[in-house]
Amino acid sequence: MSYETVIGLEVHVQLLTQSKIFSAASTTFGAEPNTQACAIDLGLPGVLPVLNAEAVKLAITFGLAINAAIPATSVFARKNYFYPDLPKGYQISQQALPIVGEGALTITLDEGASKKIRITRAHLEEDAGKSLHEGLVNFSGIDLNRAGTPLLEIVSEPDMRSAKEAIAYLKTLHQLVRYLGISDGNMQEGSFRVDVNISLRKKGAEKFGTRAEIKNVNSFKFIEEAIEYEIERQKNILDRNGVVIQETRHYDPNEKCTRSLRSKENAPDYRYFPDPDLLPVSISPEFLHAIRETLPELPWDKRDRLKRDYDLSDYDANFIATQLPVSHYFEETLKHANGAKPKIAANWIAGELSAYLNKHNLSIEKAPITPKQLGELVARIHDNTISNNIAKQVFEALVQHQGQVDEIIEKKGLKQITDTAEIEKIIDEMINANPQQAADYRAGKEKLFGFFVGLAMKATKGRANPQQLNDLLKKKLTRT
Amino acid sequence: MHKKSIAELSQLLHEKKISSVELTQHFLNRIKTLDKTYNAFITITEETALKEAKKADEKIMHGDATPLTGIPIAHKDIFCTQGVKTTCASKILDNFIAPYDATLIEKCNRAGLVMLGKSNMDEFAMGSSNENSFYGAVKNPWDLNCTPGGSSGGSAAAVAARIAPIATGTDTGGSIRQPAALSGITGLKPTYGRVSRYGLIAFASSLDQGGILSQSAEDAAILLNVMAGHDPKDSTSIKHDVPDYTKTLSNPIKGLTIGLPAEYFTDGLDAGVQAAIQEGINAFEKCGCVFKKINLPHTDFATSVYYVIAPAEASSNLARYDGVRYGYRCKNPKNLDDLYKRSRSEGFGEEVKRRIMIGTYVLSSGYYDAYYLKAQKIQRLIRDDFLKAFASVDLILTPTTPTPAFKLGEKIHDPIAMYLSDIFTISVNLAGLPGISIPAGFSNHLPVGLQLIGKHFDEALILNAAHQFQLNTDWHKRMPEGC
Repeated sequence: MSYETVIGLEVHVQLLTQSKIFSAASTTFGAEPNTQACAIDLGLPGVLPVLNAEAVKLAITFGLAINAAIPATSVFARKNYFYPDLPKGYQISQQALPIVGEGALTITLDEGASKKIRITRAHLEEDAGKSLHEGLVNFSGIDLNRAGTPLLEIVSEPDMRSAKEAIAYLKTLHQLVRYLGISDGNMQEGSFRVDVNISLRKKGAEKFGTRAEIKNVNSFKFIEEAIEYEIERQKNILDRNGVVIQETRHYDPNEKCTRSLRSKENAPDYRYFPDPDLLPVSISPEFLHAIRETLPELPWDKRDRLKRDYDLSDYDANFIATQLPVSHYFEETLKHANGAKPKIAANWIAGELSAYLNKHNLSIEKAPITPKQLGELVARIHDNTISNNIAKQVFEALVQHQGQVDEIIEKKGLKQITDTAEIEKIIDEMINANPQQAADYRAGKEKLFGFFVGLAMKATKGRANPQQLNDLLKKKLTRT
Repeated sequence: MHKKSIAELSQLLHEKKISSVELTQHFLNRIKTLDKTYNAFITITEETALKEAKKADEKIMHGDATPLTGIPIAHKDIFCTQGVKTTCASKILDNFIAPYDATLIEKCNRAGLVMLGKSNMDEFAMGSSNENSFYGAVKNPWDLNCTPGGSSGGSAAAVAARIAPIATGTDTGGSIRQPAALSGITGLKPTYGRVSRYGLIAFASSLDQGGILSQSAEDAAILLNVMAGHDPKDSTSIKHDVPDYTKTLSNPIKGLTIGLPAEYFTDGLDAGVQAAIQEGINAFEKCGCVFKKINLPHTDFATSVYYVIAPAEASSNLARYDGVRYGYRCKNPKNLDDLYKRSRSEGFGEEVKRRIMIGTYVLSSGYYDAYYLKAQKIQRLIRDDFLKAFASVDLILTPTTPTPAFKLGEKIHDPIAMYLSDIFTISVNLAGLPGISIPAGFSNHLPVGLQLIGKHFDEALILNAAHQFQLNTDWHKRMPEGC
């Protein structure tokens, strides 16, 4: 039996605000338990929530980036249930009027094809605290530091049809939220949490099958594994004419399988109602406009523009466009490149510089070469002062802080030899010193060309202009 | 000294004819002697009261005082008071010491008021007789067999018996005005959003409002000046300017149009109440006010609407009392479920549990639309009734309650009968309007209250009208025997 996989994803993104969504307590990760939970986060009698405007701004920023409808009014609602890490006995969330309406995200699949994944909505809510069981005997620990951290819950339509599509969507979303600066997307620390909804249906069927929800899978690798496992599991059930139960499951990365947590019969009734302690949020066109002004050029738009305007390769364009600090570095470099082709600068950043940074585990903000220096380097390649190859030596020296570009070229005597007469002289010496090889080349052994190039480069310590050397050598060798 | 109003006491303090320490000690002594009869207080803060009184005297000495510096006050035990037990008259908060001050308390402290203690109330503000308290019922100083009303019964009884010269309360469906009426004193519920709810332990968030129980409208105006104002910690408090409520008390009320809603003057009204209210109307007419018959057609639905909305919000607001972080926790819980169930079953009183169940039901899947949503729609109609009426009248006058104080035990086993005693006060909360109850006479030696309802944020006018009434009558000066 041939089945089609249907996947929808819910992602909870922790927003990068200084303080919590409804209180002034800090959101910094990793503090001692219960040191970042104020009266409001603790749900003490008599406290009241006050909305953090920055959380609203960040949510709307996301909405605008996915071209979503932003409503004129948005309302907070209480989601009521009992759990020790939920101090008030309800979570302040949104139900009927979320801050972000329908939007879409375009993903690029392996073969270069693109697919639009629709986003149903995104809404703001407060995070709960953490329950800790490990290492505690006969009791559980509750840490409320996380309670009240702002979350943006992003819900997709069930538009994905494979694990690969799901991962592509997640990676694109992950990249976007970090690019926009609304979240650090740290999956290990819980700032990007994924719930997978997956079902199967017979190929060609119109109705969706019964779905299972896999909660809280915290790495792209595990998500892919969990999806593959679920597809197999559900396929086996359906093949046997069984019924897939609508339930919540948990992925066990050690056993590489999913396990049932709770079924629909035990699904709680959250008794949502608008929170009477908070006013509806009014979003004026002026407010929206102001946020739109702060939106950076989106990564995929920038990538297309770089390819179009600067003729960058797919790889280089993508590399620069999807990382905001790299984009900034690139733009700065161009300012000092003195008319050199942006393509060259892009190549150096995505190539040599990137390799260096990776090797030494540095971010581009901590690069030992400034954009100005890289720009000057590229400029010197462009004006033929040095060749691309020699430039690598200059790069090495720059990284060691041995001075500025021109100083290094001067000190190390790396200037290209571009004087035709000088090159010819060297070529003549080479040919005279190696008459046999010259004769063999003229007789047809084409490979020996490289031999002479190598000798010439050695003699000039690599400084001969490669193009000129090639041309003159060819001329001289073919002369009898 | 305890027969003097705040206005009078303030003058005596400023003229240094009495000291705050003397005054405070006087009230503390009265509480010690008389409160065993009334049970108006849950906690008496004797030590800190005298300390604060001393500080107040120093301020007065240095000419650094406000009109309220050194005046003793009782605070309803629903306001969080830092370092002091704050119980909401519930077993579930019997061990709770508030780690912070409610904004209202902060404001009172800054104005120099001296807290005598925390007054008794119906548990979590749910009740109309102060019989729903973990700390026992409060007795009406006018008749010890009767209730003082609720939920601010302790505050009302304390002021009525003059064991506190003024007190704070809260009003969600009538919990300031009804006990004021039954106890023969003045009770003011401000407009929703006028006074901060931060630190006011929530019952029904969209209806709760902190207010005043006092000997007179003038006293209430003095305290309202301090209590009113926007609070950034309360998103539902309004950024409306606070006028000086005492300045306009003496405005003449000649020519004011007062509406009489037909729905509030029906056959079910106690004869004594009817007579007293009629006398009150006559008194206003003598002042030159003009009366107009009006209709508030959706009045009949108010009680039902209230008893859907308030319990719904309460069921959610009270979910935090789960035995996990503070408050009562049952002994030897077997597991999480047991912890929750027994802590809450043992910690909450009957009426609270009743309302939590009602509230949970009306919000539940399949019933939300029929109950909660519907109730909110009707609430809008009730409010619109008032807005329409206010297009042609300046104030509305009604009896505060259909009967005078009822006997302890009379309605406690009949929740519906109990709910119906709020029938004249409830619509005012649903519409968010300000209301005041002032003493207007007696029915069979029990006090009768007259209610004035104003437009949103028009506390100045209802206080003005009430004050003028109190200049021309002396009901508010009457005290129970033995005071």
